[in-house]
Amino acid sequence: MRVNDSPETIARLRAMAIRMRKMALDMALSAGSKGSHIGGGFSCMEIMAVLYGEVLKVEPQNPLDPERDRLLVSKNHCTLAHFPALVEKGFLLERELPGYTEDGSRLIGYPCDPEIGLEYSGGSLGMALSVGAGQALAGKKRHKDYKVYVLMGDGELNEGSVWESFMAASHYSLDNLVAVIDRNRLCYDGTTEDIMSLGRLSDKLAAFGWNTIVCDGHSIADLLRAFAEIQTGLPNVLICETVKGKGLPFAENRPEWHQKAITREQYDAAMTELMEGRVL
Amino acid sequence: MEINRRNARTWSLLGARGTLGQALQALAEEKDFYVVTADLAISSGLKKFRETYPDRLINAGIAEQSMIGIAAGIAMEGETAFATSFAPFVTERCLDQIRMNLGYMRLPVKLIGLSAGFEQGLSGCSHYGMEDAAVMRLMHNITVVTPADCTEIVKTIEAAADYREPMYIRLTGGRNVPIVYTEDYPFAIGKGIVMKEGTDVLVVANGVPVSESLKAAKALDLEGISAAVINMHTIRPIDDELLISMAKGKKLIVTVEEHSICGGLGTAVAEAAAEAGNMPRLVRLGMPDAFMKAGKHEFMNERCGLTAESIAAAVRKEMCA
Repeated sequence: MRVNDSPETIARLRAMAIRMRKMALDMALSAGSKGSHIGGGFSCMEIMAVLYGEVLKVEPQNPLDPERDRLLVSKNHCTLAHFPALVEKGFLLERELPGYTEDGSRLIGYPCDPEIGLEYSGGSLGMALSVGAGQALAGKKRHKDYKVYVLMGDGELNEGSVWESFMAASHYSLDNLVAVIDRNRLCYDGTTEDIMSLGRLSDKLAAFGWNTIVCDGHSIADLLRAFAEIQTGLPNVLICETVKGKGLPFAENRPEWHQKAITREQYDAAMTELMEGRVL
Repeated sequence: MEINRRNARTWSLLGARGTLGQALQALAEEKDFYVVTADLAISSGLKKFRETYPDRLINAGIAEQSMIGIAAGIAMEGETAFATSFAPFVTERCLDQIRMNLGYMRLPVKLIGLSAGFEQGLSGCSHYGMEDAAVMRLMHNITVVTPADCTEIVKTIEAAADYREPMYIRLTGGRNVPIVYTEDYPFAIGKGIVMKEGTDVLVVANGVPVSESLKAAKALDLEGISAAVINMHTIRPIDDELLISMAKGKKLIVTVEEHSICGGLGTAVAEAAAEAGNMPRLVRLGMPDAFMKAGKHEFMNERCGLTAESIAAAVRKEMCA
């Protein structure tokens, strides 16, 4: 796939990711004692920045354009990364973000609202890949050029339905379907390898008939390289190696930060890390 | 498709699944749609469809969750999608996929449950559709329809293609499905049909039991018990207006379904009648709330009191008590 990986693009996406990280910290703080999904939000920040900043053909002025690319966020709890990306793209206003945990808000829970770029409610894990396969299949039969991207967590790969879909997508040669896996190696109860090991994930997916691309999910340049390696003729999967809670030194790689409230001191500490250039 | 005595007889001989295949085959000449199945294209009567329209038949393999997801993705793209498998597999095996994709996100997939009730006979309880309608009735946004005979299967499939909501269509009956309709009639999703007027008892049925209920009502007439019969093909939303107006002044309501007495037609009628108040007593006929030892289709229906004789006997017992 053709991807612009010029130094200017990398600098632009890096700046975007930093702004998204700030917005995410503000969202986490505004959630107060209710807490937010810190770990899986901060692990896919750069993935979201590259998707919305460079890869996805979507426009907020025409959110239902039949020719647009589709993004199904299967790990839908990553709102701390998704909503700031939607702000950057112009689907949402930044001032809406602090209210995202208020009762009855249009952003609370796992909403489905294609008008603001929320194409799918992935709250229940392991479902979006089959829906993406259906969209990709319909696109192929209608000779459409759009691509369907499905962002998944690695924990949800425990769901059997995911493997049904890996099988179906390769059976139907859905090269317009791209699975993007946030491989942060943690689920709720511990590490993915302790709870239900994924083992040689890349080999497994290759054996299922997918073109498998491994990359550093926090490196803008490496993510762009990975998207550029997407091939035709078979479905593609990016395994993005990431750190759960990336950029929050007290939360990195700690499963208890899957969903948790941050204090003002923690917010300040994370913001300092970010501003002093130690995250990206 | 043309509705007449000859076609009704042919469809009855073909059975519910053969009729489904014919209905979809005919519909494909006029409309664009996809059928997704889980290794049951042939069992869905779609052998010819698969040959004629290979591009419109998508086989997910024996993977019902994937089947629902694929159908939902197709529906998301604005296309019409049917999904077929045996009744328990197309509903309960993939329930969360249905709840989120068809319920919460309201994607208008049309689920078709083959062999609902006891039609799977010797395959036993794993294959019987006993709670499928109940479970689907609980799902927000999903319309649940059980056609009374093969002609009504044709009517339902034609109506479903133009219906912009998610649906569950439940097919009862195997081969030689008893014929209820031999000529065209007004069919509308959500509207019950009065099959027979009567003054003492109201029998509310759907699926193959409509035919048995009509036979029972005729027999009761001869004994001086006047029974009205409604074909309540849609149980969600249920036609409570018709139900309440027909039940007024009667001494008894009897519901008859090839389904558990819990959660399906009997429960839907009980809810509507209880809320209306001043309603006659209700007797629910159907499968007991328990797994049973398996047997042939006819044997199971007899054991559950779903034959004309048993329905008449149940009414007689209540009326003479």
